[in-house]
Amino acid sequence: MTYYILRIYREFLNEIVAIPGRLIAFVFIIFLFLFPLIMMESFIIRIFILSAIFAIYAASWDILAGFTGQVNLGHALCFGVAAYTAGLLNLRVGLPPWATIPAGAIVAVIMGLIAGIPALRLRGFYLSLVTLSFPIILSGLIFLFPDFTGGELGIYGIDTLSGSRILDYYILVLAMLCSVFVMYKFTDVQSKIIRVGVILHAIREDEITARACGIDTSKYKMLAFAISGFFAGIAGGFYAHFLRIAGPSTLELMVSFQAILWTIFGGIATIYGAVAGVYILYPLIEMISLNKVGEQIRFILFALILILVLLFMPEGLIVWIRDKIEQICPRCKIVNVTLRRYCRACRAPLHLERKK
Amino acid sequence: MVEALIINGLLFGGMYSLLAIGFSLVFGVAKILNLAHTAFYMIAAFLAYIATMILGLPLLLSAILAIIVTSILAMVCYKLCFDRIKEHETAVIIVSVAIGILIQEVLLLIFSGHFRRIPPFVSGFMEIVGIRVAYQNIFAIAASILTLSGVWFLLTKTKFGIALRAVAQDREIANLSGINVSQICMITMGISGILAGIAAVIIGSIFLVSPLMWLTPLIIVLAAVVLGGLGSLKGSVFAAFILGFAEATVTCLIPGGSFLKGAISLSVMVGVLLIRPEGLFGVVFEEERL
Repeated sequence: MTYYILRIYREFLNEIVAIPGRLIAFVFIIFLFLFPLIMMESFIIRIFILSAIFAIYAASWDILAGFTGQVNLGHALCFGVAAYTAGLLNLRVGLPPWATIPAGAIVAVIMGLIAGIPALRLRGFYLSLVTLSFPIILSGLIFLFPDFTGGELGIYGIDTLSGSRILDYYILVLAMLCSVFVMYKFTDVQSKIIRVGVILHAIREDEITARACGIDTSKYKMLAFAISGFFAGIAGGFYAHFLRIAGPSTLELMVSFQAILWTIFGGIATIYGAVAGVYILYPLIEMISLNKVGEQIRFILFALILILVLLFMPEGLIVWIRDKIEQICPRCKIVNVTLRRYCRACRAPLHLERKK
Repeated sequence: MVEALIINGLLFGGMYSLLAIGFSLVFGVAKILNLAHTAFYMIAAFLAYIATMILGLPLLLSAILAIIVTSILAMVCYKLCFDRIKEHETAVIIVSVAIGILIQEVLLLIFSGHFRRIPPFVSGFMEIVGIRVAYQNIFAIAASILTLSGVWFLLTKTKFGIALRAVAQDREIANLSGINVSQICMITMGISGILAGIAAVIIGSIFLVSPLMWLTPLIIVLAAVVLGGLGSLKGSVFAAFILGFAEATVTCLIPGGSFLKGAISLSVMVGVLLIRPEGLFGVVFEEERL
């Protein structure tokens, strides 16, 4: 018994404490679970619940745009469709949230695949234009059939997730952690079992070479669209059930662009970058928009941050920090703290000094 | 009915073709997909509004001022933002949308969401075969056709136009032959600003001016440019007129059709990209322009 406890402790030291990135992630998860105990104010809890929803959403955009290189400017399509599906199923058919959210996600997968079909023929600018247009077409249709979709007001009065805000918070934190973990593992480049991450990277870097290497690029692109649509759908379903409303605002250009802002701010093609971007920027901008002036300038700030990040820090904040605090051993490729002088596994010197 | 359709179609088509040609020029020459293009159009409309209604300048002077300032703003935008990142096409798209949102929000902050109107150049109307046509509409149609032929003249007959087309065809070779590519790109951006400004000034008295007025034209311009073949100027003018007539027909004939304006144009765009990605005019994909 003591042996096992010791062993778990050892593993914990070696796999989590020794790697600063993982340590920060671990502390962050602990913080998320303890957060409602420290801060009971319902407004702040609400901001963190929405952050969890948007973290799933931003990470799902990252799979598609960051890893596969299919820059989808209309990711709100999956989000909005899932929100509408969940809302309509809940109101018209009377299904409970645990059934409507997966149903919404499945419809979002179908929409993701429909949006993905052009991806097989188009790339670059052209793909971005086509994906940009889908949510706009759909919102035109929503305004055209106001009896079924609720028109401008949307559908309201959807059931809540659980009834209590604290319970909502824990459900969403768990859902967020699970989805992000699945997405992270799914796209993990170093994984020996799931090769999808490497293949998606290959497709982004050079699609023709990837095809020449025997990779069915169409299949993997569709897979990326489906997975990304699925998680965006989950986020959309939670959003509808948390805010109890699904309106045309879920299909807006801003919704698509917020995902892009968060992901680029945190660091593109790293799932954790998207999550961290949401947890830093979303509460920050909400706090700023608490007072009167802040509310008017929130989108100005938003656009300015996006432009400045793209111009001066294109790799993203989290990646920049990670490169500062982590150092990969040149011999055995194990991650070390930058402060160490020798690798913790093979004792190879980490920082090669230049000979004078 | 039919006459109204024709006049409206010509009006919409002229305006969209002015916008589309500027957009297409920038894409062809500088390889920038500038989604903020119609935001410059909006800026020009607001500048004209400020000059005429608030400062009380004469209309012609304020129109010229608005066009010049818009063009300078477009060039500043190019120098500050696009020039650094023009190699990364995704970054360019995202930055251009961010600029559009920035402009929209700043205008919303200053002017709030009210609808405003610029005074028309010529007032009054006449009757052609039984329908009333405002002189301003005829003036707008004539002015857009005049501007289009001006652009055509600039591109085909002048030395600068030839340099510009050379850059569009092959950047490296143009650079080797002593053309300052970066400068040409900046001037192209300025020209597109001028075109957007002209469209705004002549149209601003017919449509209402508001901080959200850039979105609908943006969608239609995108559709027109894709329909005509990205980068092909002739194609974008034709496609803009086609979509202008389509819009006039849809808003006239289908009840609730104004909701569908954007949806129809975008469906046309998606269809074109899926079936015939090179556009109407059979421009070889990304190769030949004009």
